[in-house]
Amino acid sequence: MFDIEVRDLTKRFGDFLAVDALNFSVEHGEVFGLLGPNGAGKSTLMRMLTTLVPPTSGTARVNGFDVARQANAVRQSIGVIPQAMTSDLDLSAVENMSIFAKLYGIPREKRVRTIKALLAEVDLEQWADKPVKMFSGGMRRRLEIARGLVHEPRTFFLDEPTTGLDPVSRVAVWEMLIRLKRERDLTILMTTHYMDEADKLCDRIAIVDHGKLVALDSPLKLKASVPGKNILEVSFQDAPAGWVDTLRTLPDVADLKADGNIFRISSNNGPRTTVALMEAARNANATITALSVQSTTLDDVFVHYTGRQLRDALQAPSAANSPFMMNRN
Amino acid sequence: MHRVWAIIERDLRRFRRSPVLVIVSIIMPLVQLVVLGYAFGGIIRNLKVGVVNEDHGLPAIKLQEMFQAVAANARTFFPIYYSDKAQAMRDLRDGRLNGVLNIPPLFSRKVLAGANPDVALIEDNTDQFSSSAMEGVMSQMLPAYNAPPVAARESAGATLSIVEVYPYVPYIQFLLPGTIVLSIFVSAMIGGGIIFIDDKARGLHEGYLVTPITKFELILGFTLAGAAKAIISGLVLITAGSLIAGIPDPLDPLRMLRMLLLVVVVAMALISMMFLIMVRVSDPLVPRAIFGMLNTVLYFPSGAVYPTGSFPAWMKVIATVDPFTYAVHGFKDLILKNTGLMAISGDLAFLVVFTVLCMSAATVLFRRTL
Repeated sequence: MFDIEVRDLTKRFGDFLAVDALNFSVEHGEVFGLLGPNGAGKSTLMRMLTTLVPPTSGTARVNGFDVARQANAVRQSIGVIPQAMTSDLDLSAVENMSIFAKLYGIPREKRVRTIKALLAEVDLEQWADKPVKMFSGGMRRRLEIARGLVHEPRTFFLDEPTTGLDPVSRVAVWEMLIRLKRERDLTILMTTHYMDEADKLCDRIAIVDHGKLVALDSPLKLKASVPGKNILEVSFQDAPAGWVDTLRTLPDVADLKADGNIFRISSNNGPRTTVALMEAARNANATITALSVQSTTLDDVFVHYTGRQLRDALQAPSAANSPFMMNRN
Repeated sequence: MHRVWAIIERDLRRFRRSPVLVIVSIIMPLVQLVVLGYAFGGIIRNLKVGVVNEDHGLPAIKLQEMFQAVAANARTFFPIYYSDKAQAMRDLRDGRLNGVLNIPPLFSRKVLAGANPDVALIEDNTDQFSSSAMEGVMSQMLPAYNAPPVAARESAGATLSIVEVYPYVPYIQFLLPGTIVLSIFVSAMIGGGIIFIDDKARGLHEGYLVTPITKFELILGFTLAGAAKAIISGLVLITAGSLIAGIPDPLDPLRMLRMLLLVVVVAMALISMMFLIMVRVSDPLVPRAIFGMLNTVLYFPSGAVYPTGSFPAWMKVIATVDPFTYAVHGFKDLILKNTGLMAISGDLAFLVVFTVLCMSAATVLFRRTL
């Protein structure tokens, strides 16, 4: 039984194919990441799964309910944290949560209890009655996470949960998500731009580009699928003549770049190349002054699957950027 | 229903925290009431009238004395005497005089011969209000001048006696009903227009849309929340406005109750109209851009500032469908005539039907998705 099942899901806006016949499933308890460049179709996919946008064709089932035909059952079973900060700034943390608890029809006694417990879980207990406009970005995000869980959903959707947060707040949000997921037995689907975030949080990652799924696997396997798994950086005190050609013949070397006495070697098998390099250096009496071996990161995976070119494309102007809105920050 | 309450509660809590809305929607109409009320309502005095008497006969002097008496008592005129008619005319054209009263050379002879003498009032008619005040006083003065010194035994001349049903209504009181409706409108415009679209643009509505709330619950919640705010400003205006405009017995509890009912009905009508206008709008500029236009198109043709009888046909059409017309008419009856609800049942019926139509259309057009 999958918590999210997507079959040939397609969304077309006029001539533009935003999501192109996607297929994937998310198991219960998984943290599933959606990666992709801007305009790849991540947000549209997310909005279809959270019943905000009806699909053009194909089906999506969330917790067993069809997003188009059983939208209200889907809504009752999911928590959604949109990308924009949508807490009411004039209201307190408790008030914000209470309004949402009421929208989900949670009875009074349970409401009070749940809100108290959730605020404690996101470390906002002491600010419970303070207006949200006095909260930092990280605090607002944590409040939104608590708000999204107020009706005890089975599946949690997060759209770029740490965009715009400082590094410390990001780590705090990650830890909170990991803990909440474990304690509340959640399935999480999230979009992100940050490779480190996907690497740290996600059990599986789907890379979406031009509305299509270009890769789907665990972060480890995705990284392994990229040629040249390790980067060796080595510098010598005094490199012997013709050293470049010697290094090039080492086992599993995919590529090599030299800059004076510093060499950057892409290897398909980091440990093997390293051992051979040490031996070659000893034989040639060359002194190694520094050596580092790095793994391929998800950044390399991302670039490998989506390419390097900038995706400049026009998009519909967002009303949220209007200069006419009343300033309420 | 608890979901509808959640939307109302959120809106009212926000409203309480930042009461800018209520202040704007109360202050603006009150300022307009006071300024317009006194700017248009006063009696015109001290119009400069040049007097050129070219006759000097006894009847002419008598007429001139009468004119002087009016000038001294009602002070509508401030007479300036000229011996040179050409000079008086030059001053009139140069804007130094509002009018010239000319008693022509053969006036006395014609009076004595019973040959319908003429007196000329040459007026600067670029200022309609001043010239009609002048004409009014002059035409009241002439019958008195014409009356025979001794009353005839039998008079066949019918006279018109005017009975005023209500105490004198100064213009500021005439304006008050429109002002009350205006404050409800401003509140609906800010709450149901500007803030509604801002919230939508900010993604606050997205938060509602991912919860299992129905389309109808959402619309009802938005409408009732907006109406609640509009009712508050309406209530302040019926009290403060009645006191400022000097309505007799301003806090008569029965009238207050009737007005409360009308405030609620008007608030629902205007907020549902606003909701219908805004149901497909997403750009925050739109409600701001149409604010002034809507205000002009709805307020002025409603009879709030000038009787609708004087309007051209196309404006009468606007007045017929304009909810302001019925709202203003209802408040006029309640405030100026202290009528019961039966007198305004037609207005109430129109506003209720209008609300139902707007809400239904808005529900059809409203999209539960982004």
